[in-house]
Amino acid sequence: MADAEPIKAIVTPVRLEYDFTAGKAATLFLRGLARKKIIGARSGPGQPVLVPPRGADPRTSELAAEAVEVKDTGTVVTYSIIRVPSENIKFELPYACVNVLLDGAAIGFFHVLQNCPLEDVRIGMRVRAKWVADDKLTTSVSSIEYFEPTGEPDVPYEKLRENT
Amino acid sequence: MRDVGILSFAQSNAKSELRNEVEILLPVVKEAVKASGLARNDIDFTCSGSSDFLQGQPFAFVMALDGVGAWPPIKESHVEMDGAWALYESWVKIQTGEVESALIYSFGKTSPGDLAEVLALQLDPYCVTQLWPDADSVAGIQARLFLERSGRSERDLAEIAVRSLADAKDNPHAVAKGDFDAAKLLSEPYRTSPLRDHDCPTNADGATVMVIASADIARKHGQRPVWIRGIDHRIDPPALGVRDLTRAPSAEIAAGKARVGADKIDFAEIDAPYTHQELILREALGLGDGVRVNPSGGSLCTRTLFSCGLNRIGDAYQRIASGDGDRAVALATAGHCLQQNLVCVLEGE
Amino acid sequence: MANLCGVIGIGQTKYDAKRIDVSMPGLVREAALRALEDADLSFADIDAVVIGKAPDMFEGVMLPENYLADAIGATGKPLLRVHTAGSVGGSTANVAMSLIHAGIHDRVLTIGWEKQSESNAMWGLTISPPFGVAVVAGAGGYFAPLIHAYIERSGAPEDTGIRTALKDRQNALLNPLAHLRIPDIDFDKIANSPMLWDPIRYLESCPSSDGACAMVLAREDLAEQAPTAPAWVHATAMRSEPNQFPGRDAVNPQAGRDAAADLYKQGKISNPRKEIDCAEIYVPFSWFEAMWMENLGFAPEGEGWKMVYEGATALDGDMPINMSGGVLSSNAIGASGMIRYAEAAMQIRGQAGEHQVDGVRKSMGHAYGGGSQYFSMCLFGKDKP
Repeated sequence: MADAEPIKAIVTPVRLEYDFTAGKAATLFLRGLARKKIIGARSGPGQPVLVPPRGADPRTSELAAEAVEVKDTGTVVTYSIIRVPSENIKFELPYACVNVLLDGAAIGFFHVLQNCPLEDVRIGMRVRAKWVADDKLTTSVSSIEYFEPTGEPDVPYEKLRENT
Repeated sequence: MRDVGILSFAQSNAKSELRNEVEILLPVVKEAVKASGLARNDIDFTCSGSSDFLQGQPFAFVMALDGVGAWPPIKESHVEMDGAWALYESWVKIQTGEVESALIYSFGKTSPGDLAEVLALQLDPYCVTQLWPDADSVAGIQARLFLERSGRSERDLAEIAVRSLADAKDNPHAVAKGDFDAAKLLSEPYRTSPLRDHDCPTNADGATVMVIASADIARKHGQRPVWIRGIDHRIDPPALGVRDLTRAPSAEIAAGKARVGADKIDFAEIDAPYTHQELILREALGLGDGVRVNPSGGSLCTRTLFSCGLNRIGDAYQRIASGDGDRAVALATAGHCLQQNLVCVLEGE
Repeated sequence: MANLCGVIGIGQTKYDAKRIDVSMPGLVREAALRALEDADLSFADIDAVVIGKAPDMFEGVMLPENYLADAIGATGKPLLRVHTAGSVGGSTANVAMSLIHAGIHDRVLTIGWEKQSESNAMWGLTISPPFGVAVVAGAGGYFAPLIHAYIERSGAPEDTGIRTALKDRQNALLNPLAHLRIPDIDFDKIANSPMLWDPIRYLESCPSSDGACAMVLAREDLAEQAPTAPAWVHATAMRSEPNQFPGRDAVNPQAGRDAAADLYKQGKISNPRKEIDCAEIYVPFSWFEAMWMENLGFAPEGEGWKMVYEGATALDGDMPINMSGGVLSSNAIGASGMIRYAEAAMQIRGQAGEHQVDGVRKSMGHAYGGGSQYFSMCLFGKDKP
């Protein structure tokens, strides 16, 4: 024992399983995706539509439970090119991650952009969702495979400033 | 020290919730703010308690901010502890004079994970956690030692359960409640000896909100002011073999500092998730046999982890505010085997 | 109403990718003992401990402070654990200062720590519940789009970030405790380092570090008796806002501006750029220096990058920032906010060695966390307020 090396470190694997519930707000959203719709929520008529719905309107803390469908087209309000791998990511590096203000929504929505040369990705670009095949639609954000450019003219920065 | 009063308290507990944390919290916040008589924007400080590992998510508390009114920006803080300690931090903030009122909240869902396993992560990570001792068994070790040291019996523990469950019938927020027979309970098999199912807490999902304020505001409130006369918290060493598990020295010290013994105690709300722990804490608080404990049913009946400590304080406040008692002690506990304890003395005007 | 608080002891560990030479208790004790030594005190002199760190997933231990209680001298004492995401080191110190301000305790030990090597920090930051799709990898993926928005708004030149990174990495060479110390660092080395999340390059990003930082705080009369003159706490401020809502400005957050305004008001500062001698601010990705210069009111909106270009934020500039090398050089997340406060206090007390700025009479510590939504700040002074 006297010659034994001191132990410097031990590996102690930890595994915990959690059963998550989406909550009412996220459920609206996820069920919508299974029907190829993007559903946001607002706290009342005339109030901003939040996508994805979060349960409450953060500015007022009012319950945001009124479902409102938004379009699956929108404008890029900001973006980044991701070059670093991570276990959870399945997209081929490098890829563009975009924050899209969907038409009808009041806050941006993070997703991935494909079918666009990386150097062309820009704020103001018009994009649309590319859905998976109908038989692959599920209650998950991965029902939207990615976003791609529509080719429409850009939205000028001044119009977007508030949302960037 | 400045006088600080509790203005309002609201809680929500359920065996298992399908709503997410924000959805659970929102109505409870509304209820407490409304009952406080203050506008949300007039409450100067916000502080919460919750745990990432309980939620299975890092930064779990960030989501809750939506439900609590953080716009325009607010003075806000968070402790990775039971809401009772968020109450403490808020009480301190009022003592500094920087704020006059505070909104305290806590939330936790015990249902998503296997709580017994999750809590194993709270032990010594080098030598104990990998044995994956479940929380009930760890409590069982303490229970065994206590029964031997004190001469109390499993029957005494069953009677605590029977009493708590019966009292919980009058508590609309309690999750487990009903009329039970001690002899029948004792005929059930052990869950982890010497503890049976009835000795272990009924875990719950939920949220809790409390509003406190300095004397000027509290006096304008309209209902009977309930003052926080003393509040203190202490911690004991973690290693289970290092301390006498049959006692809670940290609770004793905190009780002394909070001046529990300065005057008569009408009742106590004690956060004792396991039956034997009520007896240990009674001793630590120096409560006479005649003092009623846990008229709400206590954490045994409703253990919304990270809220249940604050719930004891809130339940005590409500009882005094409604005129059913003048001076009470409330205790919140944390860590395995009553390692850390917060004691609060409440007194009605 | 508030009692005066002085910082009388400061201790930091050597920051490194993996402090395999110490266990978690060993790591926090290293900082705590150094702080106590600086104050010429022992654990017995401490009345309460306030400890903070970021998500427990980083170490794989739930509420590790319960496990650390005896290692940090908290047995029989009050122990609080604060967690406010990245700003936690700062907010932990703010809570500890409150205990002195409120007159509840005479001497408080406060510690911020993280031993990220125990678990996997990137995983810890990227865990999301099963109802979202993971598109961003780590914090950089979240912040890079904000930086693009800043560049668009301000017209800042593309190499602004590289200049900040260079300055911080040169400062780190003057700080023996810093994790990343690259002796031959220069502009090209940074510019040529791999691009991680456009426009953030590898050498413009913070490392993942193990480390702890501790401070001993005391009430006025006890602080006056400390062996080294204290750094007096003139003001503290904290603000939070939700991380996403319509019209939110995440680039120049209101919460940051409000916290700074509150700090300056309490500290009777009307011209922060002139009246504050130096600052340690939370810059985990190079571009944040330019952005925070505006958020903190050191530069007008849209012109923070000019301060970087002019060399104003360099050690010999008129507003030195991150003399220690900053978060870019050492990032034990739970400690980083407190390190900012500690380094700012060290500047007042003349303890910063080779990265000392001359004649500091007022300094500032700053931390932020979450989606740029939590802010903690502190103003220190050589003289009493």
